[in-house]
Amino acid sequence: MTVMQGPQGPRPQTFSAARFGIYVFLVVAALFFLMPLYVMIITSLKPMAEIREGAIFALPLAPTLEPWAKAWSSACTGLQCDGLNVGFMNSVIITVPSVVISILFGMINGYALSLWRPAYGNWLFGVLMLGAFVPVQVLFYPLVRMVATLGLFGSLPGIVLVQVIFSLPVMTLLFRNYYASLPIELFKAARVDGAGFWRTWFAIMLPLSGPMLIVACILKATNTWNDYVLGLIFAGRDNLPMTVQLNNIVNSTMGEREYNMEMAATLLTALVPLAIYFVSGRWFVRGIAAGAVKG
Amino acid sequence: MASVRWRPGKAAAALALLPTAVVVLLLFVGGTGWAALVSLTSSKMLANWNFVGFDQYAALFSNPRWLKSLANMLIFGVCFISTSLIVGFLLAIFLDQRIRGESIFRTIYLYSYATSFIVAGLVWRWIFNPTLGIQDAVRDLGFETFTFDWIVDQRLAIFTIVIAAVWHGAGLVMVIALAGIRGVDAEIWKALKVDGIPAWRAYLFVILPTVRTSIVTAVVLMMIGVVRLYDVVVAMTNGGPGSATEVPAKFIVDNLFERQNIALATAASTSLLALMLCLIVPYLIWQRAKGRRADA
Repeated sequence: MTVMQGPQGPRPQTFSAARFGIYVFLVVAALFFLMPLYVMIITSLKPMAEIREGAIFALPLAPTLEPWAKAWSSACTGLQCDGLNVGFMNSVIITVPSVVISILFGMINGYALSLWRPAYGNWLFGVLMLGAFVPVQVLFYPLVRMVATLGLFGSLPGIVLVQVIFSLPVMTLLFRNYYASLPIELFKAARVDGAGFWRTWFAIMLPLSGPMLIVACILKATNTWNDYVLGLIFAGRDNLPMTVQLNNIVNSTMGEREYNMEMAATLLTALVPLAIYFVSGRWFVRGIAAGAVKG
Repeated sequence: MASVRWRPGKAAAALALLPTAVVVLLLFVGGTGWAALVSLTSSKMLANWNFVGFDQYAALFSNPRWLKSLANMLIFGVCFISTSLIVGFLLAIFLDQRIRGESIFRTIYLYSYATSFIVAGLVWRWIFNPTLGIQDAVRDLGFETFTFDWIVDQRLAIFTIVIAAVWHGAGLVMVIALAGIRGVDAEIWKALKVDGIPAWRAYLFVILPTVRTSIVTAVVLMMIGVVRLYDVVVAMTNGGPGSATEVPAKFIVDNLFERQNIALATAASTSLLALMLCLIVPYLIWQRAKGRRADA
């Protein structure tokens, strides 16, 4: 499916009330979508004195970066006051191996399923896709027990393993469809030359995987960074990702709530996926479209 | 490809798929069955194999919090899916009118989808804050009696979650709808133009039916999201006020990890899976039938 064709709708007349109405609708919708971002940014720059005044939409009179500094380096979760940078580092060390390993499995699975077609391959793929529909909550109990049996519950390898497992369906789907869309002659030629499974992949398929690699990377990195519940359950106290720490900071406050610091912390947590989104735009859209179309 | 003979490469391919096969069999199939079995026992904090039949399900469906969770999921699901569909499709249709700055609009409508549900929940909770949020801002404009305290209102709190979720997810529907609309055959557009059909009728009666695959895709994706709904609620209301925004996923996690009631939690999750199957199986059958028709 191509997402980025030009508009094909009826060609409009030069100017009309209807056309004006269309723009009004689009702009109002844009304001609705932008409003929370605006509120987050201005709230995070206000001193508490201004916050107490209300006026949630007013620009800060005396902008300050103090809430940002506090959120990053001294915000408290319970008794520990080390700031969000702890969660940021945890999210990084969870996300990087999760992305790499998930994509490796996705590539190998997709390659094996689409081009080698081993016995029962279609069955495996079918059950895997069905697995994507199983609500994650169903698997929490068995998964906790299994990960604990491996001695990995509440550890970094544990959360990475869980992240990889839950991304198997979509990653396999992405690469299976991608490899199936490549010209099969390349693959056949390599096999005639006597190259085996791994050599064919390494020499022919891997160099062609570029576009889907980018898409899968963006998709998995964003999903892993934004995950909350898996991190909460499987990461363990020393590896809690940024989203969990953020929620702890905001929802375990005693005394006066520092809304400016909370919004700075929220923005900090959103920063990485937003940066990925704004930098990669088109690829991000391709990722969710590819993942969605044959969900 | 039917002519491919067995070669050593095939063995390597099967070997490469082995880890995935193990996960699929052990976890996706075995784990689901395991959870279903545990739900038939009297397990509390530790699992035991003392089978008590469907007692847990009887307890579950007379548990007011679970029933409230189910009702909330239904209300949330209907409101969230219908609103997102309408907003997403309207945005897509209007964006398809040779709009200036289309890519800017598109970027704006989708950025929220890139953020975490926790982020969405926390920012909307701040906006809906009854003392310092929107309510106060509007009162400052002179509307002294303006009231917008849904987030602390037992009856209305669930709708604040709907708003946050629509803000987060409507952009995805827009992307799927736009792809569907742009995939419509150019010939159809020409025919509509020749016949002089007004644009709104063209969209409603010709284009919408032709992109029904996109609609179904969007609905299925959103339904999965509805069943999994957890993060936004935890960030925004944590189930409150009272139990006004409790949802099934939260019921399961709470009973599993806080209330130490494993059997009840697995009974709840198995019920959720059964519900999911009722929704998904017809869709998969429909997809297969569609595939067959395309092959024929």
